[in-house]
Amino acid sequence: MDFAFFLIQLLNGLQYGLLLFLVASGLTLIFGIMGIINLAHGSFYMVGAYLAWSLSSLTGSLTAAILLAIPLTVILGMGLERLLFRHLYQRDHLYQVLLTYGLILVFEELRSLIWGDDVHGVAVPALLSASIPLTENLSYPVYRLAISGVCLLLAAGLYFLIQKTRLGMMIRAGASNRDMVQSLGIDIKLIYMLVFALGIALAAFAGMINSPLSSVFPNMGSQVLIICFVVVVIGGIGSVKGAMAASLMIGLAETFGQVLVPEAAGMIVYVLMAIVLVWRPEGLFGRA
Amino acid sequence: MGNTRLTQFLPYLVVGLLALFPLVESTFYTQLLTKVLIMAIFAMSLDLLVGYTGLVSFGHAAYFGLAGYALALMAPKYETVSLWWSLPAAIGVCALFALVTGTLVLRTRGIYFIMVTLAFAQMLFFIFHDTKIGGGSDGIYIYAKPTMKLGDVELVNLEKLEQFYWLTLALMAAAYLLLRRVLGSNFGRALLGIKVNEHRMRALGFPVFRYQLASFTLSGALAGMAGYLAAVQYGFVNPEILSWHQSGAVLMMVILGGMGTLYGSVIGAFAFVLLQEVLSNQAWFGPSAKHWQLAMGIFIMLVALYLPQGLAGLLARFGRSPVMEAADE
Amino acid sequence: MHENEKLGYDRREFLRGSTAIAGATAAGVLLPTGISLAQQAKLKVGLMLPYTGTYAQLGVAITNGFKLAVEERGGKLGGREIEYFTVDDESNPAKAPENTNKLVQRDKVDVVIGTVHSGVAMGMAKVIRESGTLWINPNAGADEVTGPLCAPNFFRTSFSNWQTTHALGKVLKAKGHKTAVFITWKYAAGEQMMAGFKEGFEKEGGKLTKELYVPFPQVEFQALLTEIASIKPDAVVAFFAGGGAAKFLKDYQAAGLKGKIPLYGSGFLTDGVLEAVGDAAEGIETTLHYADGLDTKKDKAFRLAYAKAFKLQPDVYAVQGYDAGQLLAAGMDAVKGNIGDKAAMIKAMEAAKIDSPRGPWTLSKSHNPVQDMYLRKVVGKENKVQGVAWKALADPARGCKA
Repeated sequence: MDFAFFLIQLLNGLQYGLLLFLVASGLTLIFGIMGIINLAHGSFYMVGAYLAWSLSSLTGSLTAAILLAIPLTVILGMGLERLLFRHLYQRDHLYQVLLTYGLILVFEELRSLIWGDDVHGVAVPALLSASIPLTENLSYPVYRLAISGVCLLLAAGLYFLIQKTRLGMMIRAGASNRDMVQSLGIDIKLIYMLVFALGIALAAFAGMINSPLSSVFPNMGSQVLIICFVVVVIGGIGSVKGAMAASLMIGLAETFGQVLVPEAAGMIVYVLMAIVLVWRPEGLFGRA
Repeated sequence: MGNTRLTQFLPYLVVGLLALFPLVESTFYTQLLTKVLIMAIFAMSLDLLVGYTGLVSFGHAAYFGLAGYALALMAPKYETVSLWWSLPAAIGVCALFALVTGTLVLRTRGIYFIMVTLAFAQMLFFIFHDTKIGGGSDGIYIYAKPTMKLGDVELVNLEKLEQFYWLTLALMAAAYLLLRRVLGSNFGRALLGIKVNEHRMRALGFPVFRYQLASFTLSGALAGMAGYLAAVQYGFVNPEILSWHQSGAVLMMVILGGMGTLYGSVIGAFAFVLLQEVLSNQAWFGPSAKHWQLAMGIFIMLVALYLPQGLAGLLARFGRSPVMEAADE
Repeated sequence: MHENEKLGYDRREFLRGSTAIAGATAAGVLLPTGISLAQQAKLKVGLMLPYTGTYAQLGVAITNGFKLAVEERGGKLGGREIEYFTVDDESNPAKAPENTNKLVQRDKVDVVIGTVHSGVAMGMAKVIRESGTLWINPNAGADEVTGPLCAPNFFRTSFSNWQTTHALGKVLKAKGHKTAVFITWKYAAGEQMMAGFKEGFEKEGGKLTKELYVPFPQVEFQALLTEIASIKPDAVVAFFAGGGAAKFLKDYQAAGLKGKIPLYGSGFLTDGVLEAVGDAAEGIETTLHYADGLDTKKDKAFRLAYAKAFKLQPDVYAVQGYDAGQLLAAGMDAVKGNIGDKAAMIKAMEAAKIDSPRGPWTLSKSHNPVQDMYLRKVVGKENKVQGVAWKALADPARGCKA
């Protein structure tokens, strides 16, 4: 590998890492802040991708589709919180696991009933469809770079929301002591509902914006599910900074792993996670 | 606690009734029930961790699958292997693997523990999936079933479905009694103490880590026994048996049935396997059997919402067992 | 409704009973009553295919194709009506033996049709080998099934993984490519297709410079595409399927490699994804045992009938399912519905010349199709046939002793 290709692989790794952050960002909120183990995270990612596909073929524009789909997923998130999750906050986490496992099955089947089992493609918006040449035979798609930009914005936005705003303060307080926050006259139920809906919308948004790259197909959610948990846990639960660091680390490890140690490429993420957690049992940026 | 006698008697009654099953039913259902019993052993082994030690493993299929592969690799291609040494050997491999991984994963707690157990299971998955050791992603066959001889007398013929069923049932009952015994001992009480308040137990001078490691190892060993039986049943092992889907499925059985009750795990295994069997049966549901996952998903969600102690909680309304109360948080 | 159906054929069975017994006795069969009953009962066909999950669509296409073949024969094979039993195998190898058992032991089917996923097929092979049930495999390409595991009761109407890429060696040579890189998922099917290509290409004097594997079922290809750009081979050969194939084709184009290093593949790379990938697949050449625009009478009739019956366009999977039906029909006709006479049935199936939409084919000794491999080129939304890349290609059936 000469130096130019090393740099390109570095870019690949960072870009893939940012993509992982995007997909995991919704989980950082729901899992990190609310403490809900949401196995159905991948299903919301899938719902987002299918919405992007069906609405963009209706409207002819991915941007319009995303603008239409986001409110839909927020409503979906609020509805699910009200109907299902609200009843489980006080119970053992494992009942959330059971509930969301059931949700995976339901969503997968509804997807099949509503949208069928075909593979679909979503066109890259014309404005972003160009490529930037890197070497004589390799170029880099602008859309990927655009996604990277969106990821960075999202990360900054999330960090700001949680650390710097009044709402973020209430969320953090609610996460550590629900009853106290409630007794201060803050409507914790509403806050939880909003945070949950935001998390769902983020997962779905990741599916939408990623759909031109990934295509849209059955079971696409379960492929991203585990990696999302890995990102959040390596980073340290509840830490946006940690999730970002973990995403980049995994992105680079996978990229260079596939090139340098192809025999072990499949397990590299898990080796990495095991090493990090044995070394720092609360993740990279977790609170002890 | 007026019904304690009934609850004590019930397991024997259930085992007795199950033992009669092959006499009245066809080979298919005997095989299906054998599989359920194997999953019940597997689920109980996990319940020891989840329900009694407070450690949620999301990588328990590692031990289940490892034992299967151990048998496949130990068995010579065209000869039979004796159960007397291959079963203990497979269990031993799993116990050893659990001991080693346990010393590492027990540094973490809560969700981190869930994920680091998953990590080790996934590593094992990729070792078997991506290398030729165990036939790669296509899996590997075990051509002849192990033998169980005493001298020249064949005690149990594992080729015979009913005999294999009874052996599995006996092993499940043995696993249940063993776990009851362990949990009723000082060791078991210490485990529950650790589950409820780890810091207090440590302050009282209990070697918390060693207790947890012992529980983790025993759990891995029992999962290995289940995995060995599963591999014997169909003579086929595939990386999928140690995937996270399998770890997830057995965890669902434990939660669905009711954590911290042991018999809940058995109920969970029955419900999980048989429900799918029923819902996807097109003779009963016609074309809508194709959508069995929808019905299954809704059922699971209803249990999560309305049965705070899983399916076992339903039973508990008729007779509360002391173990269950202790397990409640 | 089921009750009525049962009553229905019980009565017919009773009415026809006497003639059947006469016939069977005349034929000198030892157990005349048993066989006569079987002859009149419906033929039990077990379909073990994925109906949920990633391969659900393939399971449906195969089922449709099979049923079309049966319907064309008036809903009967060898004079017997068909009763279907369906099991969703979820493409999960861990459940494969148990699911096969549902058909073999619970439903006691006469013949099993299945499946798509190779790992599941390996589990089926284990159970069916022991039960001796007739098995027609309408897709799963695991080389072993018609290799070391081959058995008299195992038949395949699709392909072996080796077959789908072997002819590419010749194709690449003809285009003047001397070096190639193969990229696929790291699992058995990918490795077998790689091996099939490597053998064919090296025989032609080509050199496989590098084998690139993506962990299954990941779809992040960027690192390896960069690797390909740095190796600069004359050609790239790929195998992916479904969503993975769609993503690979798009990424290959987006990385700017498409115009620079020609991409080839086993036909699955461009089957069922052309709608999804837009122009990313345009011009890509692949080999497979079926193609668009074959323009034979048989293919035209099949496509028309399929589209009419299911309101869908058929694909290669539908053809494989259809041929499974045809192969079974050939056997059933030869024994006049008496599937109990397995030896005669198997012999007839072995000798059958299947008039398939893909073109006529016969079975090899190990019961895998000996078939023409077409060179196809993506033109618009079609995999247009360019010609025959390899006439009557037979799998080497390494390790098959039957």
